Amino acid sequence: MSLNYEAAVEKYEPTLGLEVHVELNTKSKMFCSCSTEFGGAPNTQTCPVCLGLPGALPVVNGKAIESTILIGLALNCSIAPFSRFARKNYFYPDMPKNFQTSQYDEPICVNGYLDVEIETDEGLKPFRVEIERVHMEEDTGKSLHVGGATGRIHGADYSLLDYNRAGIPLVEIVTKIVGGTGKYAPQVARAYVTELRDILRSLGVSDVKMEQGSMRCDVNLSLAPIGSGQLGTRSETKNVNSLRSVERAVIGEVVRQSNRLEAGERIVQETRHFQEESGQTRSGRSKEQAEDYRYFPEPDLVPVVPDSAWIEELRATLPEKPSTRRARLKAEWSVPDKEMTSLVNAGLLDVVEETINLGAEPARARSWWLGEVSRLANEREVDPTTLITPSQVAEVIALIASGDLTDKLARQVVEGVIAGEGSPSDVIAKRGLKVVSDDGALMAAIEAAIAAQPDTAERVRGGNIPAAGALIGAVMKATGGQADAAKVRELLLKHLGQL
Amino acid sequence: MTSIRSSASEMAAALASGETTSVALTEAHYAQIEKVDGDVHAFLYLDKEGALAQAADVDAKRQKGEELSPLAGIPLALKDVLTQKGIPTTCGSKMLEGWRPPYDSTVVTRLKNAGVVILGKTNMDEFAMGSSTENSAYGPTHNPWDLTRIPGGSGGGSAAALAAFEAPLAIGTDTGGSIRQPAAVTGTVGVKPTYGGVSRYGLIAFSSSLDQAGPCARTVLDAALLHEVIAGHDERDSTSINAPVPQVVKAAKKLDVKGMKIGVVKELQGEGFQQGVLEKFHEGLDALVSAGAELVEVSCPTFDYALAAYYLIAPSECSSNLARFDSMRYGIRVGDNGERSAEEVMKMTRHEGFGPEVKRRIILGTYALSSGYYDAYYGSAQKVRTLLMRDFNAAFAQADVLVSPTAPTTAFKIGENVDDPLAMYLNDIATIPVNMAGIGGMSLPCGLADEDGLPVGFQIMSPAMRDDLMYQVGGALEAALLSKWGAPLLDKAPVLAGN
Amino acid sequence: MAAISRDDVAHLAKLARIEMNDAELDHLAQEMDVILGAVARVQEVAAADVPPTSHPIPVNNVVREDVVRPSLTPGEALSGAPAQAEDRFKVPQILGEE
Repeated sequence: MSLNYEAAVEKYEPTLGLEVHVELNTKSKMFCSCSTEFGGAPNTQTCPVCLGLPGALPVVNGKAIESTILIGLALNCSIAPFSRFARKNYFYPDMPKNFQTSQYDEPICVNGYLDVEIETDEGLKPFRVEIERVHMEEDTGKSLHVGGATGRIHGADYSLLDYNRAGIPLVEIVTKIVGGTGKYAPQVARAYVTELRDILRSLGVSDVKMEQGSMRCDVNLSLAPIGSGQLGTRSETKNVNSLRSVERAVIGEVVRQSNRLEAGERIVQETRHFQEESGQTRSGRSKEQAEDYRYFPEPDLVPVVPDSAWIEELRATLPEKPSTRRARLKAEWSVPDKEMTSLVNAGLLDVVEETINLGAEPARARSWWLGEVSRLANEREVDPTTLITPSQVAEVIALIASGDLTDKLARQVVEGVIAGEGSPSDVIAKRGLKVVSDDGALMAAIEAAIAAQPDTAERVRGGNIPAAGALIGAVMKATGGQADAAKVRELLLKHLGQL
Repeated sequence: MTSIRSSASEMAAALASGETTSVALTEAHYAQIEKVDGDVHAFLYLDKEGALAQAADVDAKRQKGEELSPLAGIPLALKDVLTQKGIPTTCGSKMLEGWRPPYDSTVVTRLKNAGVVILGKTNMDEFAMGSSTENSAYGPTHNPWDLTRIPGGSGGGSAAALAAFEAPLAIGTDTGGSIRQPAAVTGTVGVKPTYGGVSRYGLIAFSSSLDQAGPCARTVLDAALLHEVIAGHDERDSTSINAPVPQVVKAAKKLDVKGMKIGVVKELQGEGFQQGVLEKFHEGLDALVSAGAELVEVSCPTFDYALAAYYLIAPSECSSNLARFDSMRYGIRVGDNGERSAEEVMKMTRHEGFGPEVKRRIILGTYALSSGYYDAYYGSAQKVRTLLMRDFNAAFAQADVLVSPTAPTTAFKIGENVDDPLAMYLNDIATIPVNMAGIGGMSLPCGLADEDGLPVGFQIMSPAMRDDLMYQVGGALEAALLSKWGAPLLDKAPVLAGN
Repeated sequence: MAAISRDDVAHLAKLARIEMNDAELDHLAQEMDVILGAVARVQEVAAADVPPTSHPIPVNNVVREDVVRPSLTPGEALSGAPAQAEDRFKVPQILGEE
């Protein structure tokens, strides 16, 4: 009999570790002046340095250092007074030098933390995720596998390499071992990545789009029997491309590992791949024989010794902490705790704020994003913010407020926008969804309904107001649901002498 | 009347006076190359078209009365370890057979800007690893003094070209003595500037924290003139010194060592040094004393460990630097039959493309950096470096420059040491400490050893950033010896008849 | 000093991606033994209180401004490529996973 998640966490204690890679939004690459712009034609953004040509040498992008320090400060880290780059040596065709210039035992930021809030059975609870280190490194090129069935590596005949991405600055943020989450491990993981994303966005150092790869999350997980006081063998899951996937990956791994342990099987220390469709993880490269990276200090680069006065200057530029901002918005919008947490953990705070800034009433903005838009997003298994923009939502809300749309019609409009039919106005025009509130048109429909149900009309004239419902229903049907129901009622009752 | 046997400054004067043209000079050197290089094999590639075009351009500018750099129009031989755009650059290795770099090294850019005429690329030990040029994949270079003997290494080609009058100037690179030791065994002048003095951008890396490009010539003044062309800060090289180029030409012309303290290194005179080498070295000391300098004995006890530390650091760095040669982006590719994996092709390519010495050092370096061994080997070697620098600092507190024989023996026979790597490594015993500490070192001829009539080199070491001191002492010593001998030492070299 | 075995060298050759046959491995193992024997003496003076030196000339904080400069053209970038297709470097099948 196999364990499900709930059963698994009754027997086993999960321990998490999260590694997040962030692509910085500097204009030029980490060690050379090639452009970092996304989407360029292959190998149009390379040079001797990022191609690793013989004789080429790296020169550090000062902006990247600044961005990394800002990230460290925002995560409450200490900034190392002395830090160095190191070579991480291994062979892979997407790495031109066959070593990655990274940082090893002297990273630029250490020992920070990030506080999150999660919903538990006992209400909202804070949780502190400790951060081990934040360091700088460089991204690899992109490979296209040709000849295999699915464009994946296995079975490919050959590969094509584009080095435009090679050398783009990456910041790696590594948590310390995260224990004590109990059954809330998936929520903690998701809340951490969400909060981290919000912070990075507020710093303006990256566009942190998980779907585009500018923020990547690796989830490390191990299980141990509850109360054993030991740590199990961990697996590392890659290819986690959305906040939702973070949560699902944790759940998937807890279930997989617990079932193996129940069956008396050993957990293999390995890298696994998260599979969007199934929520499961697939085995990848075995890390049993961990690659020996032979780290040593990068001789082509000199140490980074940030001036403490400069660090304080940077600290002063830190934007409002997301937690402070949340508290402020919560007060401004008068939002109950639970709803606020839902908003935050769904990663919707920014879009809601933007929608409100565009004129929408706060409660409506929240209810649309958390309600209808999230529902549609879950159906499609995507992030709500990828479906529709704040300005589009604000437009819909405004149209409801002005009476041009009813809630029901508005839902159709939203669907249309999501389906790619254009802006809310475009959808309304194309589908002819505008509320019919023109008295003349309505009266025509009302008279038609009365003519079709003369007995019901008589009853209303006789004082039976509820009976009007059938007539209103008929008018709504006749107008394809586009009549303003309240207006119809008003006109109908007036016409029948009851108003 | 200038000829190919003149010094570069004499040739420059002849160009300035109109006695000859750069094109004529260039053609004369190609004629000499044609005559003797079949025996010497100093060159791997000749760029007649490019050289003559450069020469013609300089002549035209001179006609117009444009201001020209002191060495404009003078021919030069370039060690094949520096990239020159569009010109084959092999590093003496099969791995890069036919590779034409898409960019110029900074050294080449500066030479071109100065109007220097680059005749071609010279032979070298593969990837700069060796002390005899026998490790070249393209056959050894022969010492013009005795064609059965080695010209030193790794820059044997550049030194032999000078000694055979195939060029009046050359560029070499020095990691453990690769400029100085060939200079010593060919009776020419070779200088390793302070580390960071000359840009390494485009210098195909062997050992990044030790490599330096430097000037090679037949006189100290010529070397100084060339030094001032190639040296200086380069923003493409993070390890490049950001300070004005030392005034080495001025220093070379001083011809005054009165009152200077010459530190004779105790540890570099005893066992392992050929009798004739020590004798000529002492004659050099006598000449300096006669010129008014004072001898001081200094002890640098850590020198006994320098060789061992070098043969840990250099292989470690090279094992990483040479990882990029994997057939994916440039260089030869072996074994790609459409069915093998990238890994297999990499392995086969590296097996075929690298010679035994290179493989030896890569394996040694991989070992020294590997987990579990790092502290004992690479880590310890880096500590020896600190101790060496301390020894030098203490010695420079007692003396302005330090001196020693450049190499322990005169040129040995081709084939004599090929099977004994350790014996080969001992050739660098006096030169290595200079690279390890990053200071400047020069070799100039101080006589012919009595027992074999072969050139002996005198090494001068100056403190970091004080290259002018070695030129000052070198210039004065050269003048004193010239006056003692009556004619330059190279006049005694056999005239190569060629075919 | 640890004696280096053929297996040790085989492991190193694998890390360094250099194919070697048995004869080569044996020969190298012998050479490594001799060389390591000679270089191990660095441990004699490498006391705990001696800091290691990675850079002979002590310089810090060399950085460049975040400015874009022209790249190589694809033609130049690919000029040395043993094989290419669609402006990309063509390489044999990569085993392992992405």
